[in-house]
Amino acid sequence: MSAVVEFDADLPWQRARSVSLRPEPFGALVYSFSTRKLSFLKSKTLVTVVESLAEHPTAAATLTACGVTDAQRPAYVKALADLARSSMIERREAP
Amino acid sequence: MPETPADVETVDVPAPTAEDSLVEESLVEEVSIDGMCGVY
Amino acid sequence: MTTVERPMGGRLIDQFEYGLDAPICLTWELTYACNLACVHCLSSSGRRDPRELSTAEAERVIDELQRMQVFYVNVGGGEPTVRPDFWHLLDYAVCHDVGVKFSTNGVKLDKARAARLAATDYVDVQISLDGATAEVNDAVRGAGSFATATRALENLAEAGMKDFKVSVVVTRENAGQLDQFKALTDSYGAQLRITRLRPSGRGADVWDQLHPTQAQQRDLYQWLLANGDNVLTGDSFFHLSAFGEALPGLNLCGAGRVVCLIDPVGDVYACPFAIHENFLAGNVRDEGGFQRVWQASELFADLRSPQTGGACTKCAHFDACRGGCMAAKFFTGLPLDGPDPECVQGYGEMALAARDASTLMPKSHIDHSHTGPVRGQPTLLGLPAMPPAAAAPAPPTRICDESPLVGLDLG
Repeated sequence: MSAVVEFDADLPWQRARSVSLRPEPFGALVYSFSTRKLSFLKSKTLVTVVESLAEHPTAAATLTACGVTDAQRPAYVKALADLARSSMIERREAP
Repeated sequence: MPETPADVETVDVPAPTAEDSLVEESLVEEVSIDGMCGVY
Repeated sequence: MTTVERPMGGRLIDQFEYGLDAPICLTWELTYACNLACVHCLSSSGRRDPRELSTAEAERVIDELQRMQVFYVNVGGGEPTVRPDFWHLLDYAVCHDVGVKFSTNGVKLDKARAARLAATDYVDVQISLDGATAEVNDAVRGAGSFATATRALENLAEAGMKDFKVSVVVTRENAGQLDQFKALTDSYGAQLRITRLRPSGRGADVWDQLHPTQAQQRDLYQWLLANGDNVLTGDSFFHLSAFGEALPGLNLCGAGRVVCLIDPVGDVYACPFAIHENFLAGNVRDEGGFQRVWQASELFADLRSPQTGGACTKCAHFDACRGGCMAAKFFTGLPLDGPDPECVQGYGEMALAARDASTLMPKSHIDHSHTGPVRGQPTLLGLPAMPPAAAAPAPPTRICDESPLVGLDLG
């Protein structure tokens, strides 16, 4: 059983390197070549967040930069936590 | 919808979208790569 | 490509009627040639088709799949490893970001190959087996096929290969062996995958005799609920969801929506169980290649539009089973907007009984079956197996022999 990765939004993250992200009109499909897991991202904004995680110092900063509103924030943090748990996103060496 | 102060650098505040209703449901759905019928 | 307003959010399956830009995964049969002659072969394989895609053409298909970001390809056949360029194409796919699972009867998986595979990431291997014992397996797949498969499993296990799969087609003869299958795969460190028998290809000829009974289907469903965590199904038993709790998976027909088949001559069908002109969408050799077929063919546009469930929509279980398998209905002569022949509520049996002499039983013209007996003939239909040691010397190989297996030593 793989180690559970706690999601801390105040740390730097990035799309996992073994992951292929395919934009679709409804969002994106994300496939991990190492875990063979497949995820369906249901919002274009979430896709932009995942793709730009590497450009921001923290996941939280990425959400802000992508225009995620306060009302939407908990859902996006949960989504990122889900993606971390399924190894679709990974911790980035700081900064 | 909060008003945008005129003297603050503005970010366009979008009108309520379908996304707002997604707050209630998960934005990520996990699917099995072997969970699609038609692959033997 | 569609520009229709599509809803945001919801379930993934809600998006299918609007189409995906590319399949999520697909089956690619590399050759119709095969060293075996399994009685239920869905692709009626055996003899190579002289119009097979060349190595260069196959590479162009892989290039397209890379561009379209198709994540995963199930490479099968026939027996894909009998193509001399198989290992090259495997490497080519891996180098071009296309994940590959290949389905094989194990004939070529010696220790060296197994070691090579164990060292290659992004490749999955699936060994076909239809009996937990040689007696049950070989009746359907041919004398010696159980030994060939288990030898391959041994080699893979010894080489340290991870996550390789054993794929079983559930029949009346092996439905009682599910626990034994699990024990067998556990013993090799392999993952068990069980799949549904369809009346497709040669399967049409043995379906009445081989498809599980209603009682066996119920047992199978219960077994999956109890043991399904570690068992794959390829979502092929979604029609059983009408028994109650849904089984894991998308639970609906993926043909032309999220999956499709590319056959050895480049024909694109809705799915591997529907190799018939009615389900032919185009050819990768056509202008625009595979992408144009996937995105613009009429057949796929039809399949992606809301399907009429017909009489089934009145059934309380329709939401669970969605009317079952299109190919199963088609090849048993049932209407596509009616019940699946194995409908767990029994409506399929009623529909089958209502067929009369005038009911059209579709037969595919695509048939590459061996015309004569092969070494290791299945015995299910009462045909005698050839003796393991040839009584007469094999005829010398000739330049014009169609079979790529002439002269092949399977020992």
